[in-house]
Amino acid sequence: MRISGPRIEPGASTSSLNEKGSSGITRRRFLGGALLGAGALGVLGEGLAGRVAAAEDLELAETGKIGDQQWAMVIDLRRCDGCGECTTACQKMHHLPETQEWIKVHELEDATGGTYFMPIPCQMCENAPCVRVCPVGASFYQEDGAVVIDQNVCIGCRMCMAACPYGVRTFNWEDPPNIPERFRSSTPEFTVPQKKGTVGKCDNCVHALREGRFPACVEFCSMEAIYVGDLVDDTATNGHDTVVLSDFLRDNDAFRFKEEMGTAPRVYYIAGHGQDLDY
Amino acid sequence: MSVWSLDARWRGDSPSSLDDASVAPAVSSRRAFLLCVAALAIPVAGGVVAYIYQLTQGLSVTGLNDEVFWGVYTVDLVTFIGFSYGGALVSAILRLTNASWRGPISRIAEATAVVTLIIGALFPIIHIGRPERLWEMFVRPQINSPQLWDMVAIGTYLLATLVLFSLPLIPDLARLREGNGIGGWRARLYRWGSFGWRGTEVQRRTLNRALTIVAIAIVPLAIMVHTVLSYAFSLTSRPGWHSTIFGPYFVIAAVYSGIAIVILASVAYRRVYRLEKWIDERSIRFLAYLMVAMGVAYAYFTFTEVTTAGYVGGREEAPVLYGLMLDRYAPLFWGFVVMGLVVPVLLVAFRKTRTIAGITIAAGLVVGAMWLKRFLIIVPTLAPSLLGDSYGSYTPSWVELMVTVGAAAAIPLLLVLLFRVVPVLSADEIEELNDQVRS
Repeated sequence: MRISGPRIEPGASTSSLNEKGSSGITRRRFLGGALLGAGALGVLGEGLAGRVAAAEDLELAETGKIGDQQWAMVIDLRRCDGCGECTTACQKMHHLPETQEWIKVHELEDATGGTYFMPIPCQMCENAPCVRVCPVGASFYQEDGAVVIDQNVCIGCRMCMAACPYGVRTFNWEDPPNIPERFRSSTPEFTVPQKKGTVGKCDNCVHALREGRFPACVEFCSMEAIYVGDLVDDTATNGHDTVVLSDFLRDNDAFRFKEEMGTAPRVYYIAGHGQDLDY
Repeated sequence: MSVWSLDARWRGDSPSSLDDASVAPAVSSRRAFLLCVAALAIPVAGGVVAYIYQLTQGLSVTGLNDEVFWGVYTVDLVTFIGFSYGGALVSAILRLTNASWRGPISRIAEATAVVTLIIGALFPIIHIGRPERLWEMFVRPQINSPQLWDMVAIGTYLLATLVLFSLPLIPDLARLREGNGIGGWRARLYRWGSFGWRGTEVQRRTLNRALTIVAIAIVPLAIMVHTVLSYAFSLTSRPGWHSTIFGPYFVIAAVYSGIAIVILASVAYRRVYRLEKWIDERSIRFLAYLMVAMGVAYAYFTFTEVTTAGYVGGREEAPVLYGLMLDRYAPLFWGFVVMGLVVPVLLVAFRKTRTIAGITIAAGLVVGAMWLKRFLIIVPTLAPSLLGDSYGSYTPSWVELMVTVGAAAAIPLLLVLLFRVVPVLSADEIEELNDQVRS
């Protein structure tokens, strides 16, 4: 069995989006936790990691064919107040036009007639319908589990938009607005600037995670409702607290959106409606 | 051999022989031909200009958006390829079953199939965001993708349709080697295209065997094309699309509208070139019967689709069905049911309206209504958001409409050009069938 830690040294990079004073420490805690966590946290074969193993990942992990990280996300709806900071931060990070929301905050009705907010980024499905239907393989799985788009290949047929059960994909009808010079080419991990005539979506900010930074939505959620995690290390953090991912999900009855579709998303939700939680 | 000309037609004459009749559109007034071409070329040119504008500006010139991301182009794609079924499938099946009434309409049917398929096959390119990257489908094909199989199926089917169109041409072109009043490059084409046909026993047997093979091959091919086209919808989890009947549902729709197109083309040539004696009313009537049979089948499919979805309902299915049948799209949907299913069937059912005029009106209604039906399959499913918290909308832009009108006008334009060169009647086949009937 192989336990892996992050390759990035703590504090190796600075985030231009980083405005929170505490997140430097948090980052060290998260990544450091991952380093120390070999024995304490990241035991493969237990909890969530065990469930991931059922999805063929363990075999891959053992043979060393899997990435060092397997990204996951947890969105705690008990904390989400629908402010939309995640959406705006994401749009800034990726230089999206206002009409494009890669993490869209939906206001939905619950069974009691009340409403709750549900931010929906790309669910990073392990069995992704969008990847299956792409005629040219422009949508594909990365080794770290992220489902990404190569906008240099996408022919813009929008079949993936039809296939996605979560409606998270957007089309670039126009060129993106005012992209600074330093962004030269779109890569699958960071599709900035986006290419007109191709499909775009949440890229899990893999480029940022590689540099030890958080996805924009995680970093800028002032409610600390969004966690980014690593299934291999079995840790997750919202930039403030670091939790043992599998325990956190089990203790809080986490669910996956449209589980019945068999898409096996890597985004977990904890049910709620923006109540004031103290934990 | 007498040359039947425009003057003769003005006197109300019908061509005097089968050979004259088969080349009537080819030898008629040059001026009328050019006028007709010019009149049809204007909307086609408009469509081309609109598409060039779209190429320079991108898909933002359409009415599409992130909710309704497929629209009129997808409708056109399914509709125009569907038109080709009347020619390919019907002509092949009639050949295989040796239906004696197919003779007068088989050439028109096969030509219509080729023309509509070529136009339909343009729409996958027109509708994508990056047409210049189409080659990616060849260099990195993904066999899981329904889009890839669309391309494979359409390509193979187009090839088969071309063969089904060209093989029966050989004996007919041989009949024209001697000219029949046509000289120049067309005469040279006839000599070349008849491949030394002399009508010997061996040649006849070879041709018939080849035609039988193509006819047999084209039936599953055609079924495959529309089934795979339907997979672009039914292989998603969207309400209103994810349905097991979509394959046959699309195939029946295609045959239904395809026969209607063949009827319209046959009636037009029959009327303009006074071919009543050669394209008899019986052939048109039998086509109409086939069309109505398909219409009834389609009505049944529509009924069973709506009933299974609506009875159970479901959180995602219900809003789509509600929008279609009772809300936003209800006028269009019920308009389709009346004008596309009920009226055409009734027009053909009653002896009083079962005239050439009545059948033509029925076919015209079917053609329009089936375009609308494809719209009603695509847009109402996309409009409500998957979470049920918003409702998108879609209005086709002038670019989309101009491209559509241009593509529609390209059908008669290509037919007029084609029949200026090749005989509109398969004289050889007609004679062979007449001999069969006599003996």
